[in-house]
Amino acid sequence: MALPQIKQDATDARLAALDMPQGGWAQAAREDALARVKAMGLPNARDEYWKYTRPDTLVQPNAPKAALLETDEALIFGEVDRLKIVFVDGVFSAEESDDLSMAHVTIDRLADAPDIHWAKDVYGVLETRGQTPVQRPLATLNTAFATDGVLIHVTGKAPKPISLIYRHESEVSDAILHHVVKVDSGAEVTLLENGPAAARFNKCMEVEIADNGTFHHVRAQGRDHERRAATAIFTRLGEESVFKSFTLTANGVLTRNECVIELTGDNAVAHVAGACVGDGDFLHDDTVFITHDALNCESRQVFKKVLRNGATGVFQGKILVKEGAQKTDGYQISQSLLLDEDSQFLAKPELEIYADDVACSHGSTSGAIDEEGLFYLRSRGIDEGPATDLLTIAFLAEAVMEIEDETLQDEINSRVEAWLSRRRG
Amino acid sequence: MLEIKNLHVQLEEEDKQILKGVNLTVEAGKVHAIMGPNGSGKSTLSYVLSGKDGYEVTDGSATLDGEDILDMEPEERAAAGVFLAFQYPVEIPGVGNMTFLRTAVNSQRKARGEEEMSATEFLKVIRAKAKELKIDADMLKRPVNVGFSGGEKKRNEILQMAMLEPKMCILDETDSGLDVDAMKLVAEGVNALRDEGRGFLVITHYQRLLDHIKPDVVHIMADGRIIKTGGPELALEVENNGYADILAEAV
Repeated sequence: MALPQIKQDATDARLAALDMPQGGWAQAAREDALARVKAMGLPNARDEYWKYTRPDTLVQPNAPKAALLETDEALIFGEVDRLKIVFVDGVFSAEESDDLSMAHVTIDRLADAPDIHWAKDVYGVLETRGQTPVQRPLATLNTAFATDGVLIHVTGKAPKPISLIYRHESEVSDAILHHVVKVDSGAEVTLLENGPAAARFNKCMEVEIADNGTFHHVRAQGRDHERRAATAIFTRLGEESVFKSFTLTANGVLTRNECVIELTGDNAVAHVAGACVGDGDFLHDDTVFITHDALNCESRQVFKKVLRNGATGVFQGKILVKEGAQKTDGYQISQSLLLDEDSQFLAKPELEIYADDVACSHGSTSGAIDEEGLFYLRSRGIDEGPATDLLTIAFLAEAVMEIEDETLQDEINSRVEAWLSRRRG
Repeated sequence: MLEIKNLHVQLEEEDKQILKGVNLTVEAGKVHAIMGPNGSGKSTLSYVLSGKDGYEVTDGSATLDGEDILDMEPEERAAAGVFLAFQYPVEIPGVGNMTFLRTAVNSQRKARGEEEMSATEFLKVIRAKAKELKIDADMLKRPVNVGFSGGEKKRNEILQMAMLEPKMCILDETDSGLDVDAMKLVAEGVNALRDEGRGFLVITHYQRLLDHIKPDVVHIMADGRIIKTGGPELALEVENNGYADILAEAV
């Protein structure tokens, strides 16, 4: 079916501004993705899936300008012993990165991986699977045109976290990164991500987790005020495997984080959580799609947003329980704390269940600071500002507690505290 | 110490007068009890003194050691020495009891220009005081009042009082929801804090709390005023005859 003219034109214009990297093992996947994105067209405001978040600036041919944040604040995860991989405006920096060798892990760069590569079985494969029942053309565009990224193969317990650091140095950079992570049976790894990456960032990550594999992911999206990001995680879980992902977003004019999870092995566990703190011209969108397609799997979605000065939060979360996925345990909560009347939270929680022996719960709320709690704290001598901060951190706690590692929890909490203190100058 | 003169208070959102000229003086070292039927304005008085939103003072004054407290923010009153033990202590999920108490203690110290309590010192003090109130370590770690039983919540109020060492303690129906054993424990906690420099205002429906916390003065409050003041025997009179006689007398 032909695309509407306006969508066709926008898609053509965007594609014309890109060059597909040529050659190598990923070529076929890239060609296939290009054909798919041409057929789908890039999203526009008329698409139901983009009802609350305008995709125009993510689709337009060139990245809108984004000023660099000037701050002398130390970067997050500084205290964590980790293997650092640095990208500057979407380009791998060997100079700033650590040596990529580590026990039980092999890491290659997408841009220069050898001709025959294990990632061929994953690259674009999970992304393609994630296109039904809802299309995600920005991720497909990414598969076709990604210029860099890392391919991480985990064969045992990784001795320390792998940390992807995204630096933003050009006001007009337009970065497309694609990472692939393959966690073998019984293997375990923690992936950290932080930084604003670029003026506009399109990132896709595919994570294949084999039986008994464990993947932890903690990310802090850079707080440059004008940056834009569309990210997507596609993961497929084998039997008894574990996927846990947490994201903190502080600022950025536009962020859309999609997470597409497929539980295909029995007894698998997937948790995805997010805390965002937004101020003023800020839109943050968490879009999650979890498919239960095996027995006795557990999924949790915990999203908390603190919004002030007219910021907007969006949550679209769906749990699909397929026929036969009995004993599914699904939990979904999305909540916003609106610190003033100008801010808004738009939520669309969905459940679609075709099995009869499942427990799925979902809830979504928006509210102001609890006046009773605030008075209680103040009556004990805590000033209104710090009391509000305490209640705000408390509000985010359920999401932050999803991070298993306490050191990482502390790192995240200290960022939230820093954000809160900036309001008071 | 606490001096309330001709205090008139109405609800901010509706034109409804709750306190209609309360006069009351609590001296340092003394325990004053306020008794009265439902709706007489007892809890309103405690909220107005501690600075809760939603009330408008239309006349009169309240001072602590000569300082006008009605113009202060709730946290300033706390630093000045006012403490309200809530009838319904608020649950605050996500904030640890210890974090909360340490923040409170140090906020008040800071406001008074005193040195903050170190983490080690704080731990030492709180452990000792918690032990006296039979509050276990687990309760200290849990989020403020979340999942606490009625008795645990009230003991937690008294623990806060013990840690903050206020000058003027206002107890709003601290006996409500407590069984006899829990009430004794709470009363012991309060009695341990009785001190020459500290005043207490104990608001209660029933005489039984006053068996354990012996008051020096008892006031009967009705329809927004103190209608009768006497010694501990006044509480017994209420216990035996109810409020009807006293109310009839006042009219």
